[in-house]
Formats: sequence, structure tokens, C-alpha cells
Amino acid sequence: MTNTIIFTIATLAVLGLLLAIVLYIVAQKFKVEEDPRIDIVESKLPGANCGGCGKAGCRAFAEAAVKEGLDKCFCPVGGNPTMQKIAEALGLTVEAKEPQVAVVRCSGSCDKRKKTTVYDGLATCSTIASLYSGDTDCKFGCLGRGDCEAACKFDAIKINPQTGLPEVDEEKCTACGSCVKACPKGIIELRNKGPKSRRLYVACRNQDKGAVARKACLAACIGCGKCQKVCAFEAITVENNLAYIDYTKCRMCRKCAAECPTGAIHEVNFPPRPVKQEVPLNK
Amino acid sequence: MRTFKMGGVHPADKKISKDAAIEKLPIPKTVYISMGQHLGAPAEPCVAPGDKVKVGQLIANATGFVSAPVHSSVSGTVKSIEMVKDLAGKPGKAVVIDVEGDEWVDTIDRSETVVKEITLDKKQIVERIKECGVVGLGGATFPTNVKLSPPPTATPTCVIINGAECEPYLTSDYRVMIEKPDQLLIGGTILMKALGVDKCYIGIEENKPEAIKLLTEKAKEYPGVEVVKLKKKYPQGGEKQLIDAVIGKKVPSMGLPVDTGAVVQNVGTAFAVYEAVQKNKPLFEGIMTVTGDCSQEQRNFVHRVGTPLSFIMEHCGGVPEDAAKIISGGPMMGKAIVNIDAPTLKGTSSILYLTEAQTKRKPESNCIRCGKCVGACPMGLEPYLLNKLGRNNMFDELEAHKVYDCIECGCCSFSCPAYIPLLDTIRQSKAAVMKIMKSRPKK
Repeated sequence: MTNTIIFTIATLAVLGLLLAIVLYIVAQKFKVEEDPRIDIVESKLPGANCGGCGKAGCRAFAEAAVKEGLDKCFCPVGGNPTMQKIAEALGLTVEAKEPQVAVVRCSGSCDKRKKTTVYDGLATCSTIASLYSGDTDCKFGCLGRGDCEAACKFDAIKINPQTGLPEVDEEKCTACGSCVKACPKGIIELRNKGPKSRRLYVACRNQDKGAVARKACLAACIGCGKCQKVCAFEAITVENNLAYIDYTKCRMCRKCAAECPTGAIHEVNFPPRPVKQEVPLNK
Repeated sequence: MRTFKMGGVHPADKKISKDAAIEKLPIPKTVYISMGQHLGAPAEPCVAPGDKVKVGQLIANATGFVSAPVHSSVSGTVKSIEMVKDLAGKPGKAVVIDVEGDEWVDTIDRSETVVKEITLDKKQIVERIKECGVVGLGGATFPTNVKLSPPPTATPTCVIINGAECEPYLTSDYRVMIEKPDQLLIGGTILMKALGVDKCYIGIEENKPEAIKLLTEKAKEYPGVEVVKLKKKYPQGGEKQLIDAVIGKKVPSMGLPVDTGAVVQNVGTAFAVYEAVQKNKPLFEGIMTVTGDCSQEQRNFVHRVGTPLSFIMEHCGGVPEDAAKIISGGPMMGKAIVNIDAPTLKGTSSILYLTEAQTKRKPESNCIRCGKCVGACPMGLEPYLLNKLGRNNMFDELEAHKVYDCIECGCCSFSCPAYIPLLDTIRQSKAAVMKIMKSRPKK
């Protein structure tokens, strides 16, 4: 009995030893040389594998960063601190980038944009977009079925059931761009976060003529050009009946938002406007 | 009786408009002739606002190999060239013409006489069909001349004329078979000549006995033409299914139908070919059905291309009160009409009114893997699996399971007892996979 046990243990031990030697030799012979810096860079990355950098994942980003340098690599999730750490580890320098955030360029909430048809099929935006112009008269606007919400890995964008529009949580948003790619109407844009997180943007994509746009949605940009005239910094362009604010030129004076007749220009995180003091005339 | 071997479903027949003779629809005051009436590149207008045009005059040129010219369907003045919303509400370029009188181009033979003798040769026929802008009227509107110029690798052996009309409700093809049998048979003969083959089959489903009887009788005068009676089963009118049903050959995956030797043309197309070749009449009229259980009238019309759908609806007594959904095409593959002011196209085959009970989708529940969709799929795919893979964006697996073979017939959704919108997801994933496959570098 004891003999059998001893014999079994001995056989397995010898077998294990032999195989270990074989494995060791194979591992030495077919060793893949890899830059150790790749592992270091990867350890500094957030590890979300979101693809926001344009690479297949964090490992692919690390490989590219080591191979090609940091000129064309930027991790939007980690942002400047992460890029700084990576640059230090690689002994390179990197320029700080302005942090960005996703903005939703549609303000056609349920009360401002009437539904004209009933859609009853698979509830994803991409399906609706492939079938027809959408269940409201605005063929550029948000379809509200939440493809962006499903695409977001950071829980930062959610459809508000009251308005039927997505809302971005700017604390959580990493500007990875997944929602931008997921939206079939191209409504979401990455814009600079701006000083003190203050931003101005045209929350509309409607390129129809003013009257048509207005009829479809009360909050539509009608391309009247008032904002363009009032802007002192040439930051606003009106093309195809639609205004666009260039965030690199905008100085946040907010004149355009005050001028917009439909309220299509949204201002975020600004202090409330001073209430005009009514000066009595006869005194 | 012949039919295709794999899958298929049996939706209720509902051919309630089959006894209504084809009438001429009045001409509206303004027509909107779309430039994208065919598969492929949209045509480019060659008229300018203010120009006078006659019926049958060329107003837009084809812009590539897979493209077709467009002709005016009315006489009058070109008002503008603008973006007009199609029935799905998506804008497309269209020529808007204000109608004045009804003056036709002189070259068109307007007489009712049936011209039997084919004087043009093979090349001239294809050229004429191209000039006349004839496209496939079975649904896909693929330019007919392209189908008649098969690649050198394929040798056509026969023509199959698709008279299956397997979609419920639709009767326009049936009316053509009953009312224009000679024209149809001559059309088939022309197609045979254009391809250099000596066999033409006309596949007709068993639920149209009058058409089968009449055409079998008439076909005796036309050498090479044979009427084939088919079992009633949807989607028999699908190109691949019809080839399987009539000559028993399978179109290879990713291959062309002509690889089997068969060239399939719809009944409407064969009639258009007859008119183009024998009467020199471009394709600017179409035959359509106005029907539905709740529709006040059941009628078949010849419409001028570009007539607003709302004009036709008005002409037939307006939209019925209990219509919840209006469809252009059959109930299985047709598209919902979102914009009723959209103009008709060459390929418009029907206006179909459905009630709420007929259209409302039932709430989706879980897949119980009963396999009904697998049994129903005429392409031998596994819809339940494609649905699962599609919802998880697993494109490699989708490709491995041949999602690109899907013909979007809707048999899977029709047969699913859990009301899962299978086709919706499969169509999405098919488009995504096709995009990936096209972006790959060619070997």
C-alpha cells in the first residue's frame, strides 16, 4: 500500500520535473522580446479599454505610445495627468491638452417638438435612422432611444425621460467619443470644457429653412444670423440655415445667447444673468 | 407542383382587389419626379426650370453603369429642381413639373395594336431598354439592362418571369397577366432574344388559376415559353427562391443569380420591356394596387410616375378612418409611408391600408429556442442566433453565420411566437457586416 503511494508520488514528481524542463527550453527558444516599457505605460492607463484614443484598447495604446511617441497618442479618459505620468515614464515631454466634454446638440424636448408618427419597432436609434427620418418632423434631431447611453462605458450620458433627450454628466464624462460614434444623427460633439467649465453652443442640428425648422420644433435654430452679427470675435458661422460656434474663438461674452430668438444657444455653468434694474423714468 | 425547398411561411392570401380592372389614374396638376427611382447612382437632371417638356421626354441622364435615365411622365413646364421628401421622409432630388395638357413625344407608338414581330437585334434591345430607363419592378428597382448584360463568367440558359406575386394583398402583376397576356409573352420573348437563350419560364402561384390557364393557352403561340405552376408559399417571388422553385438550382452564397444560368424578371418589368422595345415607350407609368381590409375601394391603377400618393388616396375616397398604418408595397416587405405627399416612383406597387389590430406589435418576450425561425428562413440561416449576436455587436461571428445572405423577407419575425423583432436586428447587423466586408482591401 505505502509502496503504491510512494511510487505514484515519485512518478508524478519525475514527470513534472521533465515537463518543466521541456517547458523551460521551449520558453527560452520561442521567447517574444517585448519592450518592458509597454507594461509600464499600460499600468499607468485607466484600463477602461474604451477605444476613445482610436486604438483597439489600452494595451494597443501603450504599444503605440512606446513605438511612435506621444505626438499622436492621447488618452481622453486619463487626460493630462495620465499623459504626464506616461511622458515621465518614457522620458518624453507632452503638451497639455484642453479637457473636453460631450455636448448634446439638440434641444427638441417632448414639449417643443411634437411627435408626428408612431414608431413601434425595435427601439434603437440606429434602427429608426435606417428606416426613416424619425418620429418627429425634424429629420436632424435626437431620436431619444438611447444608443448613446448604451455606448457609454462611464455611465455619463442618460436619456432624461421628461425631455426625451440625453443629458451628459460632466463629472463622469471622459470625452472618449463613444457616444459621438454611436449617434446616427451626429448630434453629440466633443467640445472644450472651457474656463470654469463654462460653455456656449448651438443645441440644434436642423439644416432646414427657418420656417420648416420652426414648424417642426420650437427650439430649432432657424439660421436667422442674429448671433453671427452680434458676435465680436467671428466665432459664429451660419451655414445651411444652421449656426455653429467655434469653441476655439468663443470668448464667452454670451451676447449671442441673449440674441437668439428660439433659445437654441445653450449656456452652461454661467452665473445667472443680472436682472435689469428698472429705472423709473420720472424722478 | 414545384416550390423552393427551404423555409417559407404561409401568410393569408387577401387578394381582395384581384377583380378590379386596371384603370387610368387622372393626371395631377403637379408631379414630382424623383431622381433616385432605381438602385444605384441617382440620375442627373438635364432640364432647367422654365423648360417645356412632353410626355416621355428625357429629363435626367443615368450617372453610371448601375443607374437609369428618367423621363417625364407629363407634359408641361419644369417648375423647379428641388429636394423632395420621399415616403420615408428622407429628402432626395426631384424635378417638379407643372402639368399642361397631355402631349406625348412623337416617337412613342400610342396605338393599342399588339406588335408581335421583334425587329431589333440583341444589342439594340439592351440599348433600347437602357435608354428607356427600364428597371426591375419586383421591388428592388435594379436597372434591367445591367441584368441583361451578365458578366463573361456566367452563361445564361433561361429567363424566368416572376409571376409569383407572393406578397398578400398585391394584385398589380396578376392584373397585367390577365389583361396584357400577349404583351407579357412578347416581353418574355424579347428578353430571351436579348440574352440569346431559347427557354422562358413564367412562374405563377397556384392561387391565380385564371392567370395560369390563360397564359398556358396563349404560350402555345410563343415558342420556348412555358408556364410553371408553383405552390403558394412566401417568399416565392424572391429571386433566389424562384430560381430554386422553377429550375431547382441554388444560387451560391455571395454569388449572382445568373451563376445558375437563370435571369429573373418581374411580370411588370417584362411588360415594361415590351413597351420600351416594341412601342418605344420609356418607363414613366407604373401599375399599382390600392387596397386593404379597411379601404373603401379596391382598385388597380396605371399611375404616372411622380404623382403624389396623397392625390391617389384622395382619388380613392381618402384615407379610411380606421387605417392605422399605410404601407407602400406588400405587408411583408413594404415600407410604411411616413410622408403621404411623397411622389410615386417607377417601382411603387401599392398603397395598402392596415388597421391597428393588423399592425400593432405585441410585446416582445424571451426566446424559447423553439426553432420556428430556423424552419421559416428560406436562406437556411439561424435568425435567433443572428439576433443574439447582433445585439452584442459580434460582427466576426455574424459574418461566420452568413448574415450577409439574409434577403430581409421577414419570415423569421412573422413566425416568432415570442414576437422578437428578429428582422430589425438582423437588418442592422447585416448592414454593419457588409460595411466591414466592403472596407477590407480586395485580394
